[in-house]
Amino acid sequence: MRSTKALPYFLLAPATVFLVVFFLYPFVLVAIDAFTKGGAVTLDNFRTMTSNWKFSETFRNTMLLAAVVVPIQLAMALSMATIVSKLSTGRSAILYIFAIPLGLSDLAAGLIWLAIFEQSGFLNSWLVSLGLIDKPIMFLGYQNKWVIFIAVVLAEVWRATAIMMVILVAGMGLIPKEYYEAAEVFGASPWKRFVKVTLPLLRPSLQTALILRVILAFEVFAVVAALAGTQFPVLMGETYHWQFALQDRGVAAAFAMLILVISIAFTLLLLYLLRVPKEARL
Amino acid sequence: MAEIEIKGVAKRFGAFTALHQIDLTITNQEFMVLLGASGCGKTTLLRIIAGLETPSEGEVWIGGRRVDHLPPRQRGIAMVFQNYAVFPHLTVYENIAFGLRMQKKPQSEVDHRVKRTAELMHIEQLLQRYSGQLSGGQRQRVAVARALAMEPDVILMDEPLSNLDALLRLEMRAELKGVLAHSKTTAIYVTHDQVEAMSLADRIAVMHQGRIVQAASPVEVYRNPAARFVGSFIGNPPMNFLPATKSGEERFIVAGSMLKGPKASGDIEFAIRPEDMDIGPGGIPATVRVVEPLGAHTLITTDVEGKIFRVVLDSNAEAKTGDMLSLVPRADRIRWFDPQSTSAIQ
Repeated sequence: MRSTKALPYFLLAPATVFLVVFFLYPFVLVAIDAFTKGGAVTLDNFRTMTSNWKFSETFRNTMLLAAVVVPIQLAMALSMATIVSKLSTGRSAILYIFAIPLGLSDLAAGLIWLAIFEQSGFLNSWLVSLGLIDKPIMFLGYQNKWVIFIAVVLAEVWRATAIMMVILVAGMGLIPKEYYEAAEVFGASPWKRFVKVTLPLLRPSLQTALILRVILAFEVFAVVAALAGTQFPVLMGETYHWQFALQDRGVAAAFAMLILVISIAFTLLLLYLLRVPKEARL
Repeated sequence: MAEIEIKGVAKRFGAFTALHQIDLTITNQEFMVLLGASGCGKTTLLRIIAGLETPSEGEVWIGGRRVDHLPPRQRGIAMVFQNYAVFPHLTVYENIAFGLRMQKKPQSEVDHRVKRTAELMHIEQLLQRYSGQLSGGQRQRVAVARALAMEPDVILMDEPLSNLDALLRLEMRAELKGVLAHSKTTAIYVTHDQVEAMSLADRIAVMHQGRIVQAASPVEVYRNPAARFVGSFIGNPPMNFLPATKSGEERFIVAGSMLKGPKASGDIEFAIRPEDMDIGPGGIPATVRVVEPLGAHTLITTDVEGKIFRVVLDSNAEAKTGDMLSLVPRADRIRWFDPQSTSAIQ
């Protein structure tokens, strides 16, 4: 009896050890880096971080990007998932096609969109060949910050909507058909069925998808680096910049801590907002 | 006020025909039971009336209005589902109120109707609970209350009692009958349980392989099956059948005895219910195989010319395995079937 009780823990042990050694331990080291300087405990690194002239813009950019990208992705993923769930044939083919961008690294995704928006990119050559413009426009220049922003939003939406959609399609598959039929018989229009049945019963999947996406949105880096370089600083970019360009591990660690705190805060918020009371579960 | 007319409704799923040309009229306030084994098309027919399935051909009329092109919500129906479909994310109160909210009824009326139907179904103390906190029987009550709260013209029920245990089923059956008789709605009730069908129905439509074999009152269906299938499906134990060899004008030999039968050109089939026979001289010779005393009666399984032949006798009848019985069928209870068409011969 005791051995069967211990078995699951025994089986989980290797993964746990792995995570402790390669995740928790380095994490503690980073935390120590952030809160110490020359061996003494201090908040100096955080002061350096926040007093930097770029900090408020960086912070604002990251938040703004998440605030724009995540709702767009949520709306798109919900509508795509609804359509995909209704398909009887070709469903997996479409899921695979939608999932293609997931197979790319975010740097590759950034480079693809750079190839579109660049001065010698697809967009410019099309516009020139169609005769809409005389000479290529520099879309991603420092004068056009909002174009850079839109390009980043586009690339992010293109790249990471599918992951939300896949989670939501799986979640919708768990909702028994009878609930929709009952709602239909009792007078709910398709929109009402979506709002009154799908959304509430999809809360667990929405929670997972949103937490995953929000955390990834705060960690956005390679797409921005490829498309905007230093024109559009974000928190992760600054972490990289302090670590490698400015060779200051302490401040870089402080940035990492900040991103962690934001991620945890939003995760807790989402867990709270989309909680399902035990008795109301499917 | 709602009469339901089903005119030439057929349903095909690819090469499979689930329903062949169904014609059925259900009068206002009638309690109609669709009875049949699984796969006979009874649920498909109900879903076509509900609008959850579209017929391949034919028309559905409810209350003098053609509805087969309308979505369910415009048909003036309410439905009780087999698995109840009580929304897990809503309280019992909001579940019952769901349809009324969709119709944008004022809160005072919603409240009034929810409380009244909850009282009717004896669940007024559960209104603030969620479905996850209810037993199967309570969920069933919520599902019925939700349908009744709509005050629909027609209430459709798809095997609503099949997931309840035997005792609860008996209790709910009686309650449903009372509540629906009182509510004056037209009801269509799908079941595979013949006892349920007999006890609830004003009329039973017996379905077999996508066709309605007989639509008549429970007693009529039991006493005068329109086809061999009905006799063999309804009744527990079912009807007994024996070949009847023609031996003269309206004369047939059944297991060695001469019986007066209908006008027929050739051999036909003799049928009798197990309880419609007495022991007496000159009857059908039967060898007793199994004797099962059931309290009120004794069920005796016998062998007649190598065929299983059941008889239900008074419990003080004495018989034991191996005995020879002489079973005399009551003349007015004998039924005859055409072996080719399987339909009854009058």
